[in-house]
Amino acid sequence: MPKRTDIKKILLIGSGPIIIGQACEFDYSGTQACKALREEGYQVVLVNSNPATIMTDPEIADATYVEPLSVEILEQIIAKERPDAVLPTLGGQTGLNLAVELWEKGILEKYNVEMIGANYEVIKKAEDRKKFKEACLRVGLDLPQSAFAYTMDEAWAAAEEIGFPCIIRSSFTLGGTGGSIVYSREEFDAKASLGLESSMINEILIEESIEGWKEYELEVMRDKKDNVVIVCSIENLDPMGVHTGDSITVAPAQTLTDREYQMMRDASLKLIREIGVETGGSNIQFAVHPKNGRMVVIEMNPRVSRSSALASKATGFPIAKFAAKLAVGFSLDEIRNDITRETPASFEPTIDYCVVKIPRFTFEKFPEAKDVLGVQMKSVGETMAIGRTFKEALQKGLRGLEIHHIGLDNKSDYRAIEDEKVRQRLREPNASRIFYIKYALQKGWSLEEIVEISRIDPWFIAQMQQILELEISLVDEAAKTKTLSEKSLRRAKEWGFSDAQLAEILGMSESQVRTLRKQMGIVATFKLVDTCAAEFEAYTPYFYSTYETEDEAVIQNAKKAQGSDKPRRKIMILGGGPNRIGQGIEFDYCCCHAAFALKAQGIETIMVNSNPETVSTDYDTSDRLYFEPLTFEDVMNILDVEKPDGVIVQFGGQTPLNLARRLQQAGAPIIGTSVDSIDVAENRERFAELMNRLRIAQPNNAIANSVDETVAAASRVGYPVLVRPSYVLGGRAMRIVYDEASLLSFVDEVADVSRGHPILIDKFIEDAMEVDVDALCDGKKVFVAGIMEHIENAGIHSGDSACVLPPHTLSETIVSTIRTYTQNIALALNVIGLLNIQFAVKGKKVYILEVNPRASRTVPFVSKAIGAPLAKIASRLMAGETLDDFELPDLENLSQVAVKECVLPFSRFSGVDIILGPEMKSTGEVMGLAPTFGAAFAKSQIAANQPLPRQGGVFMSVQESDKRNIAFMAKRLQDLGFKIYATKGTAKVLRSSGVTVVVVDKAGEGENNALLLIEQKKIALVVNTPSGKKSQSDMRKIRAAAIMHNVPCITTLQGAWAAVQGIESALKDGFTVKSLQDHYQHK
Amino acid sequence: MKDAVLYLEDGRMFRGTSLGTTGETSGEVVFNTAMSGYQEILTDPSYAGQIVVMTYPLIGNYGANPEDVESDRIHVKGFVVKEFCRHHSNFRATQSLISYLDENRIIAIEGVDTRALTRHLRLSGAMKGIISTEEFDPKVLAAKLERVPSMEGADWVKEVAPRKPYVFKATGNVRYRVAVIDCGIKRNILREMASLGLECHVISPTTSARDILDLKMDGVFLSSGPGDPAAVTYVIETVRELIGKIPIFGICLGNQMIGLALGGKTYKLKFGHHGANHPVKDLESGRIGITSQNHGFCVDVKTLPPDDIEVIHLNLNDQSVEGLRHKKYPLFSIQYHPEACPGPNDAKYLFQKFIDLIEGTKAAHA
Repeated sequence: MPKRTDIKKILLIGSGPIIIGQACEFDYSGTQACKALREEGYQVVLVNSNPATIMTDPEIADATYVEPLSVEILEQIIAKERPDAVLPTLGGQTGLNLAVELWEKGILEKYNVEMIGANYEVIKKAEDRKKFKEACLRVGLDLPQSAFAYTMDEAWAAAEEIGFPCIIRSSFTLGGTGGSIVYSREEFDAKASLGLESSMINEILIEESIEGWKEYELEVMRDKKDNVVIVCSIENLDPMGVHTGDSITVAPAQTLTDREYQMMRDASLKLIREIGVETGGSNIQFAVHPKNGRMVVIEMNPRVSRSSALASKATGFPIAKFAAKLAVGFSLDEIRNDITRETPASFEPTIDYCVVKIPRFTFEKFPEAKDVLGVQMKSVGETMAIGRTFKEALQKGLRGLEIHHIGLDNKSDYRAIEDEKVRQRLREPNASRIFYIKYALQKGWSLEEIVEISRIDPWFIAQMQQILELEISLVDEAAKTKTLSEKSLRRAKEWGFSDAQLAEILGMSESQVRTLRKQMGIVATFKLVDTCAAEFEAYTPYFYSTYETEDEAVIQNAKKAQGSDKPRRKIMILGGGPNRIGQGIEFDYCCCHAAFALKAQGIETIMVNSNPETVSTDYDTSDRLYFEPLTFEDVMNILDVEKPDGVIVQFGGQTPLNLARRLQQAGAPIIGTSVDSIDVAENRERFAELMNRLRIAQPNNAIANSVDETVAAASRVGYPVLVRPSYVLGGRAMRIVYDEASLLSFVDEVADVSRGHPILIDKFIEDAMEVDVDALCDGKKVFVAGIMEHIENAGIHSGDSACVLPPHTLSETIVSTIRTYTQNIALALNVIGLLNIQFAVKGKKVYILEVNPRASRTVPFVSKAIGAPLAKIASRLMAGETLDDFELPDLENLSQVAVKECVLPFSRFSGVDIILGPEMKSTGEVMGLAPTFGAAFAKSQIAANQPLPRQGGVFMSVQESDKRNIAFMAKRLQDLGFKIYATKGTAKVLRSSGVTVVVVDKAGEGENNALLLIEQKKIALVVNTPSGKKSQSDMRKIRAAAIMHNVPCITTLQGAWAAVQGIESALKDGFTVKSLQDHYQHK
Repeated sequence: MKDAVLYLEDGRMFRGTSLGTTGETSGEVVFNTAMSGYQEILTDPSYAGQIVVMTYPLIGNYGANPEDVESDRIHVKGFVVKEFCRHHSNFRATQSLISYLDENRIIAIEGVDTRALTRHLRLSGAMKGIISTEEFDPKVLAAKLERVPSMEGADWVKEVAPRKPYVFKATGNVRYRVAVIDCGIKRNILREMASLGLECHVISPTTSARDILDLKMDGVFLSSGPGDPAAVTYVIETVRELIGKIPIFGICLGNQMIGLALGGKTYKLKFGHHGANHPVKDLESGRIGITSQNHGFCVDVKTLPPDDIEVIHLNLNDQSVEGLRHKKYPLFSIQYHPEACPGPNDAKYLFQKFIDLIEGTKAAHA
């Protein structure tokens, strides 16, 4: 049956900012869906507040709204665009929840919009735990024993029945928010009430604990003719009890017999039919008792999920694309498998390799939070590795994680770790458990003992034991013979040992190992990911490396060379690896743009990346895709086979930049800004010299290589100082210190981070304004594309700071100084491509803070704000074109103000203070676009899920120096109808300015305390500027409560100002919506 | 563990190492793309005479158990994998796959670039091969291989047929009694039929049509099995005599022999269908099932009388015939494996269709 012709225009709701539990996999799925729908002739209306997505590129949809994802805004868009249908299953939980809300509020009915893919009843049945349970029982599937509760009394009754430990799951939340494991009665009250509160409908499920059971996931697809296929099975290394997003997972399932696998498959078929997911992909999770095989259903997502992205990349089966096609009426057999071309999509991929996904955590950024894992997701990214064996894939994955591990290595000496600690790290799931398994094995603990403590399946432990046994034999051999035999070395490579690991074993350098093995003929070979285990010819060049006898990349290249096509220029783009705080989707966006732009110029593009969530690792983004870790060794292996004409390192964030020098020394043709220029920007002394030459002021600064030097330098520069280790991204371990004592404790802490790199010390300019600039340069000309004024003061990491473009308070003179400086720096560094500069402005003086001769986090934001694809232009500049070849927008007459706001993960890390500082902590960002600053800011706040209140109470408690400024704002707010609450000191100043204030205590005693008022929702906005590094513990509680109850909490005076303007604008003018296509057209 | 080679008839050689059993073995080399179910594959009589290459690289992860067997012994002549598991894990496992293979004296090799081997077989077709742990000289191996008979024209059914007839009892009440011509049946076929109330009288493939009709059964089932269907002339002859006289259902080799009995021809597929992920469309219902497949030969539909025969199932990968129905007589047959084991259970409904066929026939005669 062909596609539907009764619908023409389809609304797609994106997933908004990157947050823990919902990352760029939904950009990947949404982008695929848009492309698939437009390919079939449908008009696509896309809404997403996240500018750093490919899907919000104006050429991906017919009408693109970078607008807040709220029902209010969506209704406006629906009223304006009048779509025939909404596809709710590709925008993550956010998209799904919004579609549900639109339905429940009658908006879909009012505008006659049909839900396709999954309708309201289906979503309810799958997401509503009670209905889901009933559905499972109807088709005879087993579930953990469970009961629902809506009140604490009901919760207690259920818990008594089920017993402890039990699991609490909160309905309609994402990434497991509000969920927990309760081990004892004592913990129950707190955890159950948190669960009730997190749920959209105050519903929790209290469940029999199946902690320690084996965990599996199946990716299922169904079409409207009721054909169902399983795309992929996934087995978790971490047993039940750890959120699957935080688990190391393996595809396909490893330890199920065919009989058990088919039982699971049959259950999935029954379930998807019973739930009634008409078309598209779903993800179903199962647990299996390790001793008796009892299989229970855990949950089902009636939509494309993070696991679907993984399954797509793991198999080559594009789930999101097909889900979109199924939603408009195609059946699976009517869709062609792109990879094999001849066979239909109505099949189940079979793979001939092993895939390992490893989550990437960022606990180091939240030192107060324990790195313990549970049912609530905490990881911020992931890497996927493909190998012919599990051992190879695991080691590739560990080195691809970029956490300074070179495999299942010996970063810590097991002898130095106490047994008790190892035992505890094995028992309690945590971010580094995989390495503790190795320590335990090294200590000689038996496999059975490790299994008993960790409850990880013995199969995985045994695989790791084999890796260790080989390592021990290699060490022995190396000690005896000073080298390794060809046989041993080959085995080591087959089992995923990196050259760096072998270098440690052999006491050689990594490049010596490389030379040695190449002499022995041990070179990486590349195999195809083809959905069919080589049963059919594959046409898509999607490769992974392994050590085998046949290299399919070489075969393909040879075939191409024989063909009649003229050989094209080849450019390789190095991606950013796993997402982390400080290096996320923005960089993948740039890499994709490079691929798109160069491909369009007839250049053959080669993408290298290891992040399964991304658009860059889609097999049709570039001409050739290498799914590989971003390490020197792995990149060199690809260079050897592909011999590209150019390598781009400036788009993937710090990851490829860190490889640049070594790659160049090894002969890689790096294009764009030279490696030497990168060094000038990153080397303090050379940089200072350049700034002197250009007569650009720098805050006093110094560089130190020892503790003593650091102390001396700091006092010479003068406190407060900004200190950090060099070569880090996202302000990792950066801090403002006010005295020597805190400086010393800082130096102590960062010993691990800096790993031999010196410590940088800068004078911290207090109360300065920070400005970010993105510019393009072709070596001769400079285009200053975006000047962004930060809303928070300097001192807060630029990634965590809201900013506005064009600048709204900077004088013309300052802007022109900044422009001149930018031009001079770009030309002096001979930048070819992108360049990002951060300035601090204090009074009339402009200081340079740092220069990054690479794509920055703000490139997508600026591109969308001004309507010019900066990364695309940059990549073409690198390939040899000049700025004159492009039509660049006139920046003097931007009709809109764009505000970027960041989204912070504090609610995930209990006990962490939400104070912002020079270390970046945000996971994502949103963009607010409007004709005025106030409206743009207000939109950005809605989009960041902290909408400014339009009525209610405002609580103010500010530091001494801010008190005078705050009075004016309080007055404005009062005039707008808000009730002002303040602490004693702040209240005094406000009163004297004629503001009516209710004095409240911060916390503790009495009715009248801020904590209670926040809980009672009487306070709708908190303005609290902390003084210095020391924040009082009461204020800490208030900020924590604000987060818990989703009350916006503003911690800077500038932020407060912006808020007042935003509130004013929202109240007076309301919001209008406008598509990017309209923005650019009417400019 | 000894060094071993797999030498193919076209001269390509792959290196690996053997498990405990050493020596030499030869047969037709085919690859199977199922990711689980190695024990079912090893014990499937249809693999008699063949060396099986598993495309999934990690084999033996869940060990071996006494339940997941499809016959009384291992039938593959040799087993080729990338890596055998040294420490299996599954609650039903009673031994490792390695010990299971060694106990059964199966020559198995690992460390082979099985993807390269699979690509080679895809491009050049299934061919004869010899695994040796003793002889690595290609010339000598080539000479040895020349003496190995080709799969085409080979009757392997007689190697796997039952020594004497037996009855596989129905689970619960007996609804019907059927004669099962065992050309190398998989146990799960019997289990599936028994679970629907069929009492299965398993008989030798050499049983004559007369003797079968004398059994007064309600239907005849024609099993799967190894080798070239065209070589099993005695069964083809029997089937020819039975058509129209009794409801017949055939699977795999059974389907091919029915095709031949109807006057059609079979041909050898380049590398066959061996796996658990092949999409097949039931042309009557329009439904697509993911199916378990294991066959190297195929019925050429063009050679069948179009007035009598209807194609009822179609392989969506290569459009080959996956099922036939006689328009006049009670007969249908399926090329793939509705009994699964290993593979998806999507086609289990076909056993019920056999019962429907029996009942329909009875109703027509009543």
